[in-house]
Amino acid sequence: MESQKKRQAAYMKKNLLDQGYLDEQFAHLEELQDDANPNFVEEVVKSFYTDSARFIRNIEVALENGPYDFTKLDNMMYQFKGSSSSIGARRVKRQCSMFQECCNAKNIEGCRNTFQGVKQEYATLKTKLETYFQMEK
Amino acid sequence: MNIGSGSLVTVPSSTGSWKSGDIVSDQFPVGLRVLVVDDDPTCLRILEKMLRNCHYEVTKCNRAEIALSFLRENKNGFDIVISDVHMPDMDGFKLLEHIGLEMDLPVIMMSADDSKDVVMKGVTHGAYDYLIKPVRIEALKNIWQHVVRKRKYEWKDNNFDQSGSVEEGDRQQKPSEDVDYSSSANEGNWKNSKKRKEEEEEVEDRDDTSNLKKPRVVWSVELHQQFVQAVHQLGIDKAVPKKILELMNVPGLTRENVASHLQKYRLYLRRLSGVSQHQNGLNNSFMGRPDTTFCTISSLNGLDLQALAAAGQIPAQNLATLQAAALGKSATKSAISMPLDQRNFFSFENSKLRFPEGQQQLNNSNKQIDLLHGIPTTMESKQLANLHHPSQSFMGMNMQVNSTSQHNNSVLMRLSQSQPRTQLLNGANNGSQVSRLPLSMQQSLSPVLTQSGIVDNARGSVYNPVSQASSMVDFSVNQSKELQSYNFSLGSNSSGLSSLTNRGMLQEEVNSDIKGSRGFPSNYDIFNELQPKSQNWGLQNDGSTFDTSLHPCMQGTQDVSSQLLLQQGISSTHNSGQNRNAPIEKPMYSNGDEIGHSNTMCGSQLNSGGGNMLAVKAERFPDADYQNTNIREQFGRDDLMSAFLRQQASVGPVETEFGFDGYTLDNLPV
Repeated sequence: MESQKKRQAAYMKKNLLDQGYLDEQFAHLEELQDDANPNFVEEVVKSFYTDSARFIRNIEVALENGPYDFTKLDNMMYQFKGSSSSIGARRVKRQCSMFQECCNAKNIEGCRNTFQGVKQEYATLKTKLETYFQMEK
Repeated sequence: MNIGSGSLVTVPSSTGSWKSGDIVSDQFPVGLRVLVVDDDPTCLRILEKMLRNCHYEVTKCNRAEIALSFLRENKNGFDIVISDVHMPDMDGFKLLEHIGLEMDLPVIMMSADDSKDVVMKGVTHGAYDYLIKPVRIEALKNIWQHVVRKRKYEWKDNNFDQSGSVEEGDRQQKPSEDVDYSSSANEGNWKNSKKRKEEEEEVEDRDDTSNLKKPRVVWSVELHQQFVQAVHQLGIDKAVPKKILELMNVPGLTRENVASHLQKYRLYLRRLSGVSQHQNGLNNSFMGRPDTTFCTISSLNGLDLQALAAAGQIPAQNLATLQAAALGKSATKSAISMPLDQRNFFSFENSKLRFPEGQQQLNNSNKQIDLLHGIPTTMESKQLANLHHPSQSFMGMNMQVNSTSQHNNSVLMRLSQSQPRTQLLNGANNGSQVSRLPLSMQQSLSPVLTQSGIVDNARGSVYNPVSQASSMVDFSVNQSKELQSYNFSLGSNSSGLSSLTNRGMLQEEVNSDIKGSRGFPSNYDIFNELQPKSQNWGLQNDGSTFDTSLHPCMQGTQDVSSQLLLQQGISSTHNSGQNRNAPIEKPMYSNGDEIGHSNTMCGSQLNSGGGNMLAVKAERFPDADYQNTNIREQFGRDDLMSAFLRQQASVGPVETEFGFDGYTLDNLPV
C-alpha cells in the first residue's frame, strides 16, 4: 500500500516533469527535504500560492482599465515569474514570459490573453501538486 | 586571516576570525553567517533551506532596510550577504553599495534577470558574485570562497604597504589603484605582524569590516588626518612619502605605508577633482586650500558618507582627503546616496585601495570642501557630514554622516558645497556646524577615529577641519568603540534631528545658510572611497528611493536617507565628469515623495571593487538639524542630539537654500 502510493507519487511527479508543468527546480527542492523538514516542498508550494495571489490580483486590476502602464505590468509579472520559477513552475513561467513580451510590445490584448494563460496554468498546477502531495503522504 | 607563511592562499583554517573570530576555523565554512535578503518570501524560504543544508547560519530578511539594520547592529555578525536585485523598498545595488561602504562585507547578488547589463551592473557595483535565479544549492555551497578571497586580498593589500622595495616615485605614479601587490609575503610577514600590532593599537575594533586580523596598516582617522596634515603642510606637489613620514612622526609607520597611502590619496584627489575641476592639479587643490578641511570620518559602520557623496561639490581634494580619512576598515564607497536608514553613516573604511575611489565621487572640485580631519568624535555614531552638493542645492544640508557603527570608520566627509568652502567637522556630526564647532567638538569628542564632518556645503561655511588632533581618522574603523553611530533615525525624530550623538558625531559644518536644513541626518555618508569602481554617487540615477531619500536628508528633513542620497546624487551629478559613477541624473532633491521608502539608505554608493569600500555606516540619526548656530552652542555638548532636537524644534520645515522641501525624518520609515 505504502509503496504503491509512493510509486504513484513518483509516477505523477514524472508526468508533471515530462509534461512540463514542473522543471528540475522542483526536483532540487525535493532534494532539500530531509527528516527535519519532511514536508518542505509542500510548505513552500503552499506559501508560494498564498504569496503570489496578490500578484495575480494586482495584475488583474491593472489590466482592467487604461491607461495601461506596461512597465508596471511588466515589473509585477517579473516578480511573479521569479517566484514561480523558484518552485519550478515551468509552464506558469512560460506564460509569464509571453505576457512580458506583450508588455514590451504594448499589446494590451495580448497581455490579457497571456494573463489568462498564466492564471490557468497557475490553477492547474496547484491542483496537480495538491494531489501529488496527498499521494506522498 | 593571517597568513603568516606568506603564502597567498588562504587556508580556511587560518581564517580564524570570520567575524569576530567566532568561527571555528577548521570547520570553515561551516557556520558561515549569511544574511539573505529577498522580498519574495518563497525564494527566501528556499534559500534559507539551501543555506542551512550547506551548514551555514542563515538570517533571512525580506526588506533591505531591515537587512541594513541587522548588519549595523551586528557589526561582525555576518560574513556574507546575499541579496536580490529587484526589491521594492530598495534597489539591490544600492544595498550592495551600502554594505560595501559600511560593513565591507562581500555581497552576492541574485536575480532572475540574467541580462548582461544587469550582471555588469553587479560587477561594477562590486558584487562578489551574481547568481541567476532560481538559485541552486550548488551555487550556494561555494559562496564561502568570496569571504576567503576578500580577506586574502585585503591581507595582501596590506602587505603591499610593507614591502619596501617600491620606490617612492614609482609608487606615486602607480596608476592602478588596485593593489596588486605581489609583495613577497615573507618579507611582509614580520612587518605584518608588526603592523598588525600597530593596527591593533590603533584600531579598537578591527573586526568590523573584515574580521581578519590583517597585517596592514590601518589608516585610522587620526592617522589619516595626520597624513593629510602633513601633506597639506608640504604641499601636495611636494609631498613625498619620506617627508610625510617625518612630519607624521608615527612610530612604526614606514615610508612604504605612506607612499602607498599617498598614492591612493592622490588618486582619490584626482578622482574627486576630475579633469575639469582640477583645481591646481589634483592634489594641489586639496592641499593647497587651507580652508578646505578634510574631514575624515572614520566610522566604520556608521558614518554616513552621504554627505560626502552628495557633495559632489566637494572639491576633489577634499573628498579625497575625506575619503582617505574615511577609508578605514569600512569599505569606502563613494558615498553617494546612501539611503538613510535609520542610521546613515558611512563608515569609510580606509582601505588604501579604496582611497582613490572615493575621490571620484567627490568630484566636487569647484567647491572646496573642508573636511575636518580626524575629528575625534566618538565614532560610534559618527556620522559624516555629507558633502552637499552645491549644485544641487542640497547643500544646505549638512549631512552629517554619523556612523553609528561602533567601529571607527574614518569617513571622509566631503563637503561639497556650492560655496567654496565647506568645512567638515570631523568628529562631530552635526548637521549644522559652526565652522569652529568641530574643533571644539572634536576636543570633546573622543579621539575615536571617526570623524564625521558634516559638511554643509551649501552654506559655504567652512570648517577647518584640520585634523583635530584628538581624532584621527581611523581608516581602520576599528574604533568602533568610540564611534557612536549616529543613526539617522529616519522617522524617529520628528524634528529631524539627526542623531548626532554627540559622541562622536561628525561635525559637519553647516553652512549657516543651511539652517533650514533640519533633520539633517547627521550621518553623512561620505563617501565613497570606493574601489575602483566608480562610485556612484549617483545612485540617484536610479531614481530609486535612494534619490529621494537623500533628498530629505539634505533638507534636513527627516529623511536622512534621502539626504544621503542627495548628497550622493549631488556629488555625482556634480562630478559627472569626474565621477566614475554614473552621473546622477536626477537630482535627489526632487524626490521628496520617495523619501519614505528609501529610508534606509541614502546614497548608496557604488562599491567598486566590492571589496574595499568605505563602509559607511548609516546609523540612524535622529533628525539632525544642522543649524550652524544652534549646533555651535550645542556642539560643545556631547549631546548633539539634544542640540539638534532643539534646533529642530526651532526650525521650521527645512527650507534649504536650495529650496528643498523639508522632509521630516518622521516620514521616513525607519
